[in-house]
Amino acid sequence: MEEINALFHGFSVALTPFNLLLMFIGVTLGVLIGVLPGLGGANGIAILLPLTFAMPPTSAVIMLSCIYWGALFGGAITSILFNIPGEPWSVATTFDGYPMAQQGKAGEALTTAFTSSFIGAFFAVVMITFLAPLVAKFALKFGPPEFFAVFFLTFCSFIGMGKEPPFKIVAAMMLGFALAAVGIDTVTGQLRLIFGWHELMRGFDFLIAVIGLFGIGEILLSMEEGLSFSGRTAKINMRIVIETWKKLPRFWLTSLRSCIIGCWMGITPGGATPASFMSYGIAKRMSPDGAKFGTGMAEGVIAPETAAHAAGTAALLPMISLGIPGSPTAAVLLGGLLIWGLQPGPLLFVEQKDFVWGLIASMYLGNIAGLIIVLTCVPLFAAILRVPFSIIAPVIIVICAIGAYTVHNAMLDIWLMLLFGVAGYAFKKLAYPLAPLVLALVLGDQAESAFRQAMLMSQGDVSIFFSNGLVSSIMGLGLLMLVWPFISRLKASMRKNAA
Amino acid sequence: MEDKQGSGDVVHSGISVRAAEIVVAVILLGLGGLVVYDSVRLGFRWVGDGPEAGYFPFYIGLFICIASLITLGQVLFGKTRGDHQVFVAWEQLKLVLSVLVPAAFFVLGIQLVGIYLAAAAYIAFFMVWLGKYNWIKSVLLGIAVSIVTFMMFEIWFKVPLFKGEFNPLSIIGY
Repeated sequence: MEEINALFHGFSVALTPFNLLLMFIGVTLGVLIGVLPGLGGANGIAILLPLTFAMPPTSAVIMLSCIYWGALFGGAITSILFNIPGEPWSVATTFDGYPMAQQGKAGEALTTAFTSSFIGAFFAVVMITFLAPLVAKFALKFGPPEFFAVFFLTFCSFIGMGKEPPFKIVAAMMLGFALAAVGIDTVTGQLRLIFGWHELMRGFDFLIAVIGLFGIGEILLSMEEGLSFSGRTAKINMRIVIETWKKLPRFWLTSLRSCIIGCWMGITPGGATPASFMSYGIAKRMSPDGAKFGTGMAEGVIAPETAAHAAGTAALLPMISLGIPGSPTAAVLLGGLLIWGLQPGPLLFVEQKDFVWGLIASMYLGNIAGLIIVLTCVPLFAAILRVPFSIIAPVIIVICAIGAYTVHNAMLDIWLMLLFGVAGYAFKKLAYPLAPLVLALVLGDQAESAFRQAMLMSQGDVSIFFSNGLVSSIMGLGLLMLVWPFISRLKASMRKNAA
Repeated sequence: MEDKQGSGDVVHSGISVRAAEIVVAVILLGLGGLVVYDSVRLGFRWVGDGPEAGYFPFYIGLFICIASLITLGQVLFGKTRGDHQVFVAWEQLKLVLSVLVPAAFFVLGIQLVGIYLAAAAYIAFFMVWLGKYNWIKSVLLGIAVSIVTFMMFEIWFKVPLFKGEFNPLSIIGY
């Protein structure tokens, strides 16, 4: 019951005209970002973050999280109408969404996608409302060893659940940690890894990395494919929406299953993209119409969209309750907290009640605002995609450059952005994952200080990470994740031998 | 090399995946080496009052080296990756460079004359060169984008952007 009261208090914080306006602006910007190639949730928010420095933190986080919801919605538009996933998590939506559009059912497909997204997000928000305070309360008992163990588990999950080759995941992640270590060491005050280059003293800001890796890297990739947009047109009116809504309750089981998959993959940092694929795969196997998947089945749109949104939203749970983001976009929001002067972590629920519950309430409202906007404005957003790439590409690069500059007002950052762009392009093509790199860059300093504090407590004895039931079970889970790729490979080869 | 035919039915020439893998792994190995080198300089041992500054990064660097060495080994000696796979075809590389090279000049332009002028020139150039628009249209759009950006950042949000080392906008008081 405590949570319900707190939530209503949150609504009273979030429901000011100013915040509502920001919500609509945020969602609209977000859909735009989701539709445009080269701009996604993570780098879109990174670019806009500096503009919110002067706002009150609650309003700022409401606007930025609404950009995130918008970006999640926006990815579906390009997938269905143009067969081009605007975001990686909407790749699976193209499988059945585009065939539906080809059959002239674009409106139905879009309505299905948006409604599923909304349901997935809503499910995850309800879960956050009740679970996040519990997790935070539990985490208040954590000391440095426990926190390091949670960091350890987070990073090992990338190795255990990633599709990429495990050693590439390790390399990318460790590169993130190394970049995080550049600059002044917070404990000893020594300068690390700058090799006499004093402009590097500030260290590498992860926002620059996000803008470069995701923004510039994505533009380079899209360029390679020689983009020419040729899309279907969509009409959405109230009649189509209501008729589609009438059909949807039949698929409640698929919805529920996708919600659960999404929440699980979002909390453990699997992320929205694998969640959408996994959900699509399972729906295909379980559905009586499974064989017809890929030819334009509504169920094939419901499954990935619901899971992607549930995962995208659930990724915020560890961020607000533990201060550990579940996705690059959540990491950018976390960076925002630090800039606004809030210390992320379990204490947030105690010290910043207005902020936390305002944010949670805005998740409910933002998703409703998002649903309304996408259902009414699809033709407008689709029209943007008809602007030729030779105009959009330079404009996006200009926006990225401005975003990179405004983080620290440093010219060097724009050069770094370009460098990260090239790295992002190469990494993406060679299956080095970007998410662990970014998360390591964000969490590197915190992970290191948790590690050092724990080691100080034990006078340099590593066994402190196995000193009580809690910390050893988290570490144990982490170790299991770490060796998981080898176990599954072993199992596969044993099965092959048996057959 | 010859016994694996049929893996790619359309033959594109370009940089092979193998070459790209090797280059990236070697660069990572080098970076890892740098991290280890500097951590050793800072001290990576446990001293009386706790770990030295290089303690944590030392292991990070070590892990980068190990992971990239294994990747390198897999590429050089593994059988899984064919030599035929193309990382990027020359045609594609040309397109990618046609974005990347102007972008580098754009950043250089920012350094010299600031974001606004560089952006206008960059957008106009890009439209004429790759989009085959006529000059007048392109220049007008470039200038329009710059003016909108200028209004938004300098006037509404009061976030000053970089004006370049030569700052041509100083003549209008910015």
